[in-house]
Parts: sequence; structure tokens; C-alpha cells
Amino acid sequence: MNKRVGLEASHAVAEAVRMADVDLIAAYPITPQTHIPERLAEIVANGELDAAYIPVESEHSAMSACLGSAAVGARTFTTTAGQGLELMHEVVYVASSMRYPIVMVVCNRALSAPLSVWGDHSDVMAVRDVGWIQVFCENNQEAFDLTLWAFRVAEDPRVLFPVMVHIDGFTLSHVTEPLWLPEQEEVDKFLPEFKYPFALDTDKPMTHGAFGIPDIYSEAKKAQEVAFLNSKEIIRQSWREFADVFGRSYAPVESYKADGAKTLLLTMGSFSETAKIVIDEMQAKGESVGLVRLRLWRPFPYEELRQAVKGAETLVVFDRAVSSGMGGPVCSEVKAALFSEAVKPKVAGVVGGLGGRDMSVKDFERVINRGKEIAKSGSGEIIETVGIRG
Amino acid sequence: MEGQAIKFGKNMVPLADTLAPGHSFCIGCGEALALKLACKALGENVIISMATGCAEICTSPLPVTSWRVPWIHTLFENNSAVISGVEAGSKILMAKGKKPQKDIKYVAMGGDGATSDIGLQALSGALERGHDFLYLCWDNEAYMNTGIQRSSATPYGASTTTAPAGKVSIGQKTRKKNMVEIAAAHDIPYAATASIGYPFDLMNKVKKGAETKGPAYVHVFVPCPTGWRHASDMAVELGRLAVETGVFPLYEVEHGRYRMNVSPSTLKPVEEYLKPQGRFRHLPEEEIRKIQEMVNEEYERLKAKAAAFPLA
Repeated sequence: MNKRVGLEASHAVAEAVRMADVDLIAAYPITPQTHIPERLAEIVANGELDAAYIPVESEHSAMSACLGSAAVGARTFTTTAGQGLELMHEVVYVASSMRYPIVMVVCNRALSAPLSVWGDHSDVMAVRDVGWIQVFCENNQEAFDLTLWAFRVAEDPRVLFPVMVHIDGFTLSHVTEPLWLPEQEEVDKFLPEFKYPFALDTDKPMTHGAFGIPDIYSEAKKAQEVAFLNSKEIIRQSWREFADVFGRSYAPVESYKADGAKTLLLTMGSFSETAKIVIDEMQAKGESVGLVRLRLWRPFPYEELRQAVKGAETLVVFDRAVSSGMGGPVCSEVKAALFSEAVKPKVAGVVGGLGGRDMSVKDFERVINRGKEIAKSGSGEIIETVGIRG
Repeated sequence: MEGQAIKFGKNMVPLADTLAPGHSFCIGCGEALALKLACKALGENVIISMATGCAEICTSPLPVTSWRVPWIHTLFENNSAVISGVEAGSKILMAKGKKPQKDIKYVAMGGDGATSDIGLQALSGALERGHDFLYLCWDNEAYMNTGIQRSSATPYGASTTTAPAGKVSIGQKTRKKNMVEIAAAHDIPYAATASIGYPFDLMNKVKKGAETKGPAYVHVFVPCPTGWRHASDMAVELGRLAVETGVFPLYEVEHGRYRMNVSPSTLKPVEEYLKPQGRFRHLPEEEIRKIQEMVNEEYERLKAKAAAFPLA
């Protein structure tokens, strides 16, 4: 019998890690992620989870310890945010290239300077190319579900890629909401024991991390990319199986009241829930608007995105980060994804919600209206930032 | 394989090697010799994590490998963190019954740059957390893999490619960072120095370090013919001279208590050690005198510590 409980999103993540019977946690505290490693430390200290907990001295070492742990075949979890993700940057590449199925929850945070511990997507956008499967959550239920699901897809022998689960710093990580917790038997049914086929083992010596001369490096990278793209099908399949066991379904791209809408807004993460309200309000006023959310960020869901925006006249992409000199990074990628389509909506990018700046329903109405104007003007290069003073 | 050994003087040397022949170290490399001796001492029940460096490059070019034991390399500065994960991960899997119980040695290896410069933080973290592992530092006193750039382990007066001797410089102007003292300052159960000039002492210390419960650190002196510009048949001899001149004393520290392993009644002049090496050839008389004074002073300090806090 499922339980309905009120939990902070960070604690919901910790609960998913407990129910997944994780073997090793290596984490370094950083705002706004701290509640996750604190709660996990408590769970381990109370004997509610039999796991090794390594209180490392930096995020670089957190991800490095995760490499070693996954290499011996232990189910491995870490979590970080903002600067921490930047500090572990080079190690994050190694995790995917060496095919270690580590799960990491990132509490999305702005990057210095100026110092900001608050939320935006600057940290995610700096790790777009690292070869991790990446998904975004909108609420506490999703934070629990997708953390649990991440182990399943990462450890699938056909996948063996690490997974990053993104939850917005503060606006999601620190929010308490009701959610359904499953029974342990259901979790066990969905998540089999981790059997890493290439574990370091004294009975079967193996070399991990040999270096690649130019004759071999290209082939290694190509093989990695083919395997990564193939993971898309397993991602879809595992979400169908998730729905079978838990009754909640996920998809690479999810739409909200978007059927037949002339103007679509595209968002990622927890602000999508605010965006839903503006869609309700604007539709009530008779406007033809709808919402599209990217759930799966990597591998990029080209086909699903094209389907989701088919027939729309205008697509307004909302970014919580700036690619300096290039505009919103999500907007750039969406434009690239639609470029080859014969018929496609006009795409306009609007940036907002940087460094923890709140986005109200009214703000999202401005985003949509301003986006429509930009699209009409025909200029694809305007970088509009919503809510700037002076 | 582990049982077979041959007698060499008073000592037994295992015949078997977990490091296969066919690696690509330079002729006369002191590090290759140290690695081979260490592998003999470690045996088969070991998982090795290695930092980027000469030893890593020379033993693991895809698609071949020199390693007959499980071995992992990821990056340059994170070796101690990787072995932390390997050790804690293996042990929790055994504790949860997911892997059979086995006495496995966890060993991290890195050069002096990986250890005393870029990887110092990760090493300190792993020592402080008390992981059950042995760290082996191969000290050839510069970044040899990338072309003889200075490190914090490069000794005073040595000429390297990033601290070269020139018209207004003698080369390295700083004194060698004392890694054993830094490791020992974590109050770990075992820290020691070893040199390829004393192969049995080296093997014994590697074995002792591996068998120690908790963190152990062995700092191994490995002359480098390419970087030090000495004759390729001199690595072992320089490994002895460094000890006999007091430049690199052999000692052990257990929880802050010292034992000197080789204590010559009189030290040979440092000149005997410096002369065969091209990296010191530019030094004038007064600099050699200065180095002699530094060596004397440091050696006396070590002797005083060993006398004040002796290891029973």
C-alpha cells in the first residue's frame, strides 16, 4: 500500500537512495544541496541503510571516489550543486567515458561571480557535453521517482552510463510537498541488484582507464556515442516499466494543454509548474497558448521535440542561463533541432530567473508576449532578459 | 604463484611478477625497478589505482596492458579519492554479502607531482579519513612524464625545464617538500621512505605498508636517467649514494615515533651524489657547500626526532 507523506524534495531524494539500497555515498556539502547528504548521513548513522558514506574533502574527490566505487561494482550515489559541479567537471567526463553508472542529483545553482547560492541552470549548461543521461524534475514526486529510476537505467547492462537528476536549488530542493512513497517490494521489483559486468576483481584482473593513442581514441569516442544514443530506447522502455509498477508515467518531452495552440512556451525544471498556471489563465482569456517541457535533456529528444511543436506558429523558449555571446543555451539547441524541418514554428528565446530571481505568473505572461513580438520581428538574435531593472 | 621464491642472500624474492614484461620505460629507469619490486612485495590480492604519470603511460597503452592485477587509472590528481572509493566500495559489498570475503590490499601509486603537488589535497583527505590503503609515491623529483618540469619535490639547485639554471639562476631555488613528514602528520599508523638502492628494505616496507590496517604511506626514491641526466646504469648506485650522503635518509614513522633504518656513522660528502648528475653540473663550489649544510642540518634534525621519539 503506497503512503502519502509530506517530504522536502531533498529528503525525498534521500528516501529514494535508501529504498534503492545504495552501497556507497560520497558527497561534499554545498548550498543548496546540503539537506541531501545530511539526511543520508542520518539514515546511514541510524542503520536504516547499510552503505559506506565517504565524507570527502571536495567535490572533485566526491566524483573520484564514485569512480572507484562504481569500478568495483557498488551501487553509487553522489549529489552536488553549482560550483561543486564545476569543481568536479573533469571527473564527470571520466565517469561517462569509463561507463560507470553513477547517479548524481544536482540542485541547480547559479555560478560565481557574483557569488550566488541560489538557483538557475548555469551549472547544468556547463555540463551539457559530458555524456551523462540528464533529466529535469518539476516537483517532489518527480525528484523521488526519477532518482529511483536513474539507478535502473544507469545500471542496465545495455546502458552503463551515469545519470544526472536535476532539481532546482531552493525552489524545489527546499520545498515540502505531499508525495506517494512506494512499498519496498515494488522498488525491488523495479530495481534489480546491480551486477556490473566489468568490476575490478582480483579473481579476474582487468585494466580500467588505459590511455588511447590517436589510432584508437576516435574509435573509442564513436563507440561511446553510439551506445549513448542507443540508451534513448532503454530510457523510454524503463519509463514504461516504471508506469507499470508505480502508476506514474514520464516521457522525454511532456506537453500541457498544447494541442492546437498557436504559441507554445518551452520550459525545464520546477518553473514549469508556474508556467502551467499562466497557460491556464491565458487560455481562459481566449488565447491560443500551450506548454512544452523538456524532461530528458541528454540524450537530446530530437524526434519528440519536433512532434511536440508541430503545427505551432511560435515557440518561445525560456532559459535560466546565458551562453555568453550566444543567448539562451536551450533556445540554441531547440533551434538546431528544428532547423532541418520544412515547416516549423518561429523560435524566440527569453532569459530569466537567474541567480534565484523568482518568476511569477505575470512574468511568464511577459515572457510569452515578448517572445511573440521577437518572433514576429524575425530577428533570431535578440537576447531578451525578463524582469531586469533600470 | 605467490609461494614460489628464490633465496638471495638472507632474503627471499618471489619469482612471480604481476607486472608483465613489455612496458615502455626508459633504459635504466629507477621507477620501473621500484614498481617491479613493489609488485613482487604486493602479490596478487591487490587492486591498484594509479595517477597519470610515467608508470601509468608506460604500462597501459590501449589495446594492451602490463597489468596482471586489477588496475585503474582515471586522472592525475584524484588517485587517493579513487582508491577511497575502491576500498570503501569493496568492503561494503563484502559486508553486505554481495562479494565473497577476501583480504585485498588497496594500493594507490603516483609520482612526486601527483603526490606532493596536484594530488596533495586528495591524499590528505584519504589519510585523514583513515581508509585502509597504501600510498606509494614514486619520487623522481620532477614532472618527468611531461618533460622534466620542476615540482615541489625537486631539490634545491637542480636544473629543470621550468626552473632552468641560467645566467641569473641556479635552477630550483626552493627546498624539497617533505612528504613523509606531511603524511606522518596525519598520525597514520605507518609512513616510511625507501630507495631502489636498498631493494629488500623497499620490498619489506611495501609489504608492511600493505599489511598495515589503516592508511600507510611509503615515499620511494627513484632516480631518473633521462631527467637527472645521469648514466643509464647508475640509477641503483644513486639510490644508494642518496642514502649514504644523507640526502635521502631511510626511516619509518609509526604514529609519530621514528626509526632510522640505515644510519652510517659518517655521511659521505654530497658532492659524490651530485657529481654524476647533469642536473647539478652547473652548481658552483659555494652552492655545493650550501647544499651540504642543508643536508647536514636536516639529517641532524631527523636524528634528533628519532632519538626523542624512538619507535620501540
